[in-house]
Amino acid sequence: MLGRAVSDAGLLAGVLADPERAAALDAGSWAAVMAVARAEQLAGTLAHRLAGLPVPEPVARWLADAREAAEQARRTALWEAEMVRRALAPLGCRTVLLKGTAYVAAGLSAGQGRQIGDCDILVPREALPAVEAALIGAGWEWAKPDAYDNAYYRRWMHELPPLIHEGRDRMVDVHHTILPPTARITPDAEALIADAVPLGDGLHVLSPADRIIHAAAHLFADGDLSGGLRNLWDIRCLLDDGAAALEVRAAQHGLGREVTRAMRLAHRVFGAAVPDAYRQARASDAPYLRRLLARDGWGRATRRGTRLGFYVRSHWLRMPPALLARHLWIKWRRGPA
Amino acid sequence: MRYRFGVRVGPVSFRVGSDRRAPVAQLRDLYAGYPAPEVGIADHTVRLEAPRPWRRWLRPQVRVAGDFELPGAVPLPARHALLAAEMAMNLQMALGHRRHLLLHAATVEQGGRALVMTGESGAGKSTLAALLAGAGWRLLGDEFALIAPDTGLAHAFPRPVSLKNESVAAVRTAWPDARFGPELVGTPKGTIRHLVAPADSVARMDEPARPALIVFPRFGVAPDIRPVPPAEAFVRLTEASTNYVALGERGFAALTRLVREVPAVALDYPDGATGMAAVERCWAAL
Repeated sequence: MLGRAVSDAGLLAGVLADPERAAALDAGSWAAVMAVARAEQLAGTLAHRLAGLPVPEPVARWLADAREAAEQARRTALWEAEMVRRALAPLGCRTVLLKGTAYVAAGLSAGQGRQIGDCDILVPREALPAVEAALIGAGWEWAKPDAYDNAYYRRWMHELPPLIHEGRDRMVDVHHTILPPTARITPDAEALIADAVPLGDGLHVLSPADRIIHAAAHLFADGDLSGGLRNLWDIRCLLDDGAAALEVRAAQHGLGREVTRAMRLAHRVFGAAVPDAYRQARASDAPYLRRLLARDGWGRATRRGTRLGFYVRSHWLRMPPALLARHLWIKWRRGPA
Repeated sequence: MRYRFGVRVGPVSFRVGSDRRAPVAQLRDLYAGYPAPEVGIADHTVRLEAPRPWRRWLRPQVRVAGDFELPGAVPLPARHALLAAEMAMNLQMALGHRRHLLLHAATVEQGGRALVMTGESGAGKSTLAALLAGAGWRLLGDEFALIAPDTGLAHAFPRPVSLKNESVAAVRTAWPDARFGPELVGTPKGTIRHLVAPADSVARMDEPARPALIVFPRFGVAPDIRPVPPAEAFVRLTEASTNYVALGERGFAALTRLVREVPAVALDYPDGATGMAAVERCWAAL
């Protein structure tokens, strides 16, 4: 049951997994659930999950606000995607929406109530120079004018340095694959683009299996799991939508381990529908679980050691040791931004 | 968190957690007589915490934290924790509140009608609001005007009035029995002191008012009054609003309605007494 034995983030996860559990929350637990949901960017998601259920009056108002904020985020994201579509249409290259923008554009359950920040797109690597020029011609400009950052992105990253629109103040991240080229795993970027699904307006989204694989790669093979609970919720929804031959496809991208971990943890944390083989958590999942739920009822980050461990790991995953040493050396000499 | 405080101000409630006792005691004092959050559940969480563990003891600091935070915000010395709490509450409103169109404005009421004064920091809106409250107007708030999109009414949000530098003495002179919070010396905005909101203003916090006049005050210049046409008022108020963009079409509808229905004036004034007299004159001419 939902006692104080679970972390406050665990309390939120339990309610997202099974909204009926909200009936058992007292005032203190509600405050904790709301603060964690804010901190983990899951307020809109919570609002969607609890729609129509009886909740205390102040919670109902809070949820209505969160629902409306998410609706505004959805509208803004779709408009931004349309702006990108218009800027890139003359190039004739396939443009694939990724993450939040893709979920709302394709009307997926993962998009319901989702907070959406940047507009992430995937284009063929050879099209990058033309895409960049077209976006700059349409009013986007460099968000990070620093020469080292710029060179770093271009040489070692799976995306262009972020571009921000001068008028709308919205960021676009142009990817040519889904993991940094310096990482040990190299997904099949051509297959991602070739098998993408058209939306009808000229834009594409990844195939159902590739959506899950991308989300799992993003969560477990890249980054330090910041915002990981939200990413795991995405995976839970994407798994619910179903994907044919997921394991085979994951193996093709070299991401079998990440995808099976995603299935086990999405089941463990959010009760995702997964095959029996993935219903039992493994010992190696424990630190991930610890990190994903490292948030207290005041919205504070907890478990410093675990967080630091995953931070160090994120750099280790991204770069071979010599490159990492060089990168940290340059960043250190330059001092904090 | 170790020390906790909850308060409802008009339609919005906060819970404040602190790892120090002093700021919570100061908040209890400033907000004595305010109701607690409805059924104990607040809209916004504010945290007063040390930016680094050792900053609890060594040259102690607090940072402005909560549901919504500004990346790179500079921590304040612990003796200014009360200011951090007020800033954090303002930040939650500015970035998180969606139920009303928010204008960075001071608002006072008379006979069910509201006077909305908006301008940049230093324009004197808080001072004018405090002086008017001392002269019998009901204070709706000195930081935000809350305009309900469906009714166009201004809802009260009567927090303590943040007065800076000379305005503390000016208000004290004009209003000898006013009650103040502690003097905060050497803040980024100079000396700050919070004027406790009048009891009547707190007691009637759930009573909204119909906006009747918008004033754009400017302090320290030769006296002048000129009408501001709706289009100009609209543009100025989009700049004064913290959530106009976030509200989308609802924000646009609320703001266009406001500038259509409510006359606006730009009011230049050299000192508090002149400003107050000019405001009263504009009000009488409505």
